Amino acid sequence: MRILGSGLSRTDIEGALRELVEGLFRNIPSGVGSHRKDLRLSRAELKRVLQHGAQWAVAQGYGVQRDLDHTEEGGCLAGAQPDRVSDRALERGRAQLGSLGSGNHFVEIDYVAEIYDAPVAHALGLFRDQIVVTLHTGSRGLGHQVCDDSLKTMQRATTQYGIAIPDRQLCCAPLTSPEAHAYIGAMYSAANFAFANRQLMTHWVRETFEQVLQRPPRDLQFEVIYDVCHNIGKFEMHPVGGEIRRLCVHRKGATRALPPGHEQIPAVYRDLGQPVLVPGDMGRYSYVLIGTAQGGIETFSSSCHGAGRALSRTQAKKSARGRPIARELEDRGIYVRSAGRATLMEEIPEAYKDVSEVVDVVHGAGISRKVAQLRPLGVIKG
Amino acid sequence: MPAEPDRAAIYTLVEHTADLGIVVYGEDMGTLFAHAAWALFDVISDATTIEPRRRLPITLDAMDRADLLVRWLGELLYVYDTQRFLCCDATFSVLEPTRLEAIIHGEPLDESRHPIDTEIKAVTYHQIAVEQVGTHWQAQVIFDV
Repeated sequence: MRILGSGLSRTDIEGALRELVEGLFRNIPSGVGSHRKDLRLSRAELKRVLQHGAQWAVAQGYGVQRDLDHTEEGGCLAGAQPDRVSDRALERGRAQLGSLGSGNHFVEIDYVAEIYDAPVAHALGLFRDQIVVTLHTGSRGLGHQVCDDSLKTMQRATTQYGIAIPDRQLCCAPLTSPEAHAYIGAMYSAANFAFANRQLMTHWVRETFEQVLQRPPRDLQFEVIYDVCHNIGKFEMHPVGGEIRRLCVHRKGATRALPPGHEQIPAVYRDLGQPVLVPGDMGRYSYVLIGTAQGGIETFSSSCHGAGRALSRTQAKKSARGRPIARELEDRGIYVRSAGRATLMEEIPEAYKDVSEVVDVVHGAGISRKVAQLRPLGVIKG
Repeated sequence: MPAEPDRAAIYTLVEHTADLGIVVYGEDMGTLFAHAAWALFDVISDATTIEPRRRLPITLDAMDRADLLVRWLGELLYVYDTQRFLCCDATFSVLEPTRLEAIIHGEPLDESRHPIDTEIKAVTYHQIAVEQVGTHWQAQVIFDV
């Protein structure tokens, strides 16, 4: 998940929204099995992507050092071992680098509708009515295949180490075992693929705005505010029983939300706490939050990473059948493009819980604090 | 597979808010595994639109029957993701609890004829079950979508 700030206000893109969305839709391949025809990497080059993540993309000219300074772990997880990624995963990933995918993945043009914490918002570079772009995409088929491969290994490991589990999907191995070592090396390679993917898209977002608005980069001032990967296990220092210990925190349906001062927050934000991005649905709003000391104590610095579904996909499709979803959203000032015919129906706003209620719970519990609310103007769904 | 198959006799959809899965039925293991393949591509697309124009061989080894079913569908998903191959039927020359040798029937994706409804990210072991119910076989598989 990544959020880009800009120097633009809502008024700067008035009349150009449709063209911007169409431009993004053209420049960023989306949909089931989407791939780029102009970025067919050799196997050796793909392995460099897996080793270096977003740093690879910047070295190729897709972005600048500042982008990395505002990205979790500098856009590259140390400990990636591309040799642990199977040929099958490389094959699935090779054509998909630089593509969005489908389902709940998206590119969104938003504006900052509310500021709740002015000093933090200012420090992050957020201001009212500002145009921001949020990107939700990950490691694509490569990551799925890493998971698939590892599940097979772990099925055997669970038996071998005599671990009792309530469900076979929870198969596992001790963190110190060779199986775990191999998995972490592959998982971090997949995370680096995802960092590179979002860095490439950042470049195409910048290009699209430059092309459509006919303004140079220094006018648009697109800056990475933050980029964080979710659904991953990470090694972090946390207090346990009065002692600081190194833990592997696995977050699924959750995101990291480190407290102020934590050494794993990029230096530019270390005093503030970690920026937390919580996307809602395509019709209402999303939020930027900030990590708190209390979250550090109560949840191993974890927060929600989305609204969560209220309707299953079939229920959503049933509810959307026969409705002109794109026009309904356009009537609310939101221009939407989707690659898949079913995606828009599955992703109708009411398919999700109201993220403001979810965020209020997180804020009220002190796990993270609200900084700003974003409202969508243009959406691309896969 | 008949042109107008009785979907309810092949599989039923299992759905919770975040999960999507299938319960598949078959009179024997061969039918069960063939029906599971058909159901997978009926979730991804509309299996009645897939013609058995091409064949591909698949050989797999597994720990047990449930593992074999997950690997089977995972393999079909891999073939789909890398070769755009949609499968509508399968025949088995070997189908043991820990091994299968199959020929899959289907055709490459043609977007003008095959609607794409759902992206399945992975086949999971979550609540996996393969069991004999009376004289028939039944299995449940949950997908990561």
